[in-house]
Amino acid sequence: MGQHEPILLKNMSHPGYTGSLADYERTGGYQAVKKVMGKVSPAEVTQLVIKSGLRGRGGAGFPTGVKWGFLPKDYQGLRYLCCNADESEPGTFKDRQLIERDPHQILEGIVLACYAIAAETAYIYIRGEFVLGARILEKAIGEARRAGYIGKNILGTGVTVDIWVHRGAGAYICGEETALLESLEGKRGLPRVKPPFPATHGLYNKPTVVNNVETLANLPHIINRGPEWFAAIGSPPKSTGTRIFCVSGHVKRPGNYEVPMGITFRELIYEHAGGMRSEKPLKAFIPGGASAPFLTPDHLDVKMDFESVAAAGSMLGSGGVTVMEEGTSMVWAALRLMEFFYHESCGKCSPCREGSSWLVQTMRRIVNKRGRAQDLETLTDLCKNIAGRTVCAFGDAEVAPIMSTLKHWRPEYIALIHEAEAANLLRPQPVGARG
Amino acid sequence: MLRDKYQEEIDEILSRYPVRRSALIPLLYLAQREHGYITEASMTEIASLLKLTPPQVYETATFYTMLNLKQVGKFHIQVCKSLMCALVGSDTVVAWIKSKLGIGPGETTADGVFTLTLVECLAACGTGPMMQINDDYYECLTEDKFDRIVADLTATGSSALKSGPFMWPEPLAMKSERPIG
Repeated sequence: MGQHEPILLKNMSHPGYTGSLADYERTGGYQAVKKVMGKVSPAEVTQLVIKSGLRGRGGAGFPTGVKWGFLPKDYQGLRYLCCNADESEPGTFKDRQLIERDPHQILEGIVLACYAIAAETAYIYIRGEFVLGARILEKAIGEARRAGYIGKNILGTGVTVDIWVHRGAGAYICGEETALLESLEGKRGLPRVKPPFPATHGLYNKPTVVNNVETLANLPHIINRGPEWFAAIGSPPKSTGTRIFCVSGHVKRPGNYEVPMGITFRELIYEHAGGMRSEKPLKAFIPGGASAPFLTPDHLDVKMDFESVAAAGSMLGSGGVTVMEEGTSMVWAALRLMEFFYHESCGKCSPCREGSSWLVQTMRRIVNKRGRAQDLETLTDLCKNIAGRTVCAFGDAEVAPIMSTLKHWRPEYIALIHEAEAANLLRPQPVGARG
Repeated sequence: MLRDKYQEEIDEILSRYPVRRSALIPLLYLAQREHGYITEASMTEIASLLKLTPPQVYETATFYTMLNLKQVGKFHIQVCKSLMCALVGSDTVVAWIKSKLGIGPGETTADGVFTLTLVECLAACGTGPMMQINDDYYECLTEDKFDRIVADLTATGSSALKSGPFMWPEPLAMKSERPIG
């Protein structure tokens, strides 16, 4: 693997870069818009993106250009682009940095995507807590509009792209693309049954593309430097480009690191993030946000690309890598994540709504040393009845922490239950309760 | 009435969307800004503005955790309790709040100044433990930093310790020409 400069974090890594339009233009900003508008056809832009191999950075990793290609070709009505800035997968904090430090990079990507799919309106659905990010984006949109990069008749080419910031209001599920659309329509964020997919029936029932912030931010670079350049970075042919990995937990230097896909977890954790924060060795890590099954030190040399992580039994997901040191209770960690999923279950599908509540109660019982021998079977049974039985991928995600910790650290569960049983024997029993 | 006071802003919000109902969450935010929480009267007014029924507004309002249907303190402290923050000490932050401000999760101080809510992930996992107070993030909390934030807020209503545009690791710590890979 060669040496690679950061791509998305490059501008902001320079001291003094403010993210203003003037700063962005000075580093070649909006050149890609000038390069394609009126010169390269939308279909060709889509082809360039397909050729680059760019895959969605939000979690599912679907090829971006292919997703655009699903929009009906002969449809004459309105189409929409939604930028998914709902960043809410625990362990992930990259989009926030892209938004707050280099907003024009995202806006240029949005304009390019809108051009490719012939959408005249884009909404940036940003999580409600990112108040600062929403303000920064709105300011940047104003600057770009005045400069003629956004709005009607962009750079005199007759192309129209309007961009609006729409704040969410605190619901993890709205990062799921159909729930995002429901929320943008002013409803509860309940995922839709698919098919039909947003490509044909999206926002207001019109053809719609939903792309993640980081995905869109890559587009200007792909246009400027060519798909072949992009496709050679990372772990071609299937995982091209860089990823911004977010490292959190028990490391020396947590933070965002942009690296070519295909480096190992060991390199990310021990070289970029400085290794463990203390003498305690690494016990476990989550490779791609809370929805990704836990991995063990045995997996440190797995390559960080979509296929390798999947082969190791987890997923690269949103790029959030959470590191846990020796001494961390895996049952407690799984409970903390389960509490998250219980809180965030939207309530549409019974297996997830009821199952998450039951899982939390069972897990709390075990952690509080009130567990029973049959609880492990209950957990497994519940997990199996949730995964794959819900409208969206939330059901699969919520069972990942429990299923994976049960697989790798089952003795910890058993030890807690044994403690509970031993304590139970010492507890005063009601008269006649035994024998 | 929101309409009397914010007609221009309401019109601007409505102009962003081809379908009125999309303006619902932005208008609920407007109501919350006005009253500190969303009153029943404002929900009824928003319903009529958007040609919805009040239950349709209520249905949406009750789904989202950031929309407060009850009065909260002047400073709404939201501490992230998800795993990533818990690994680096968010439970300790909750304990400081209990001992220093005398409130637990869901409680408000007697003078109505601080409310504590425990929330799930706020996307600041690399800079935990963290909390959000009203619109601002406060990250990499230590006990000393927490004390200073509370003192600042109590004295002046704002604190310079809030996060600015986010970058972590901090740009100065990063050698700008360092190659990656």
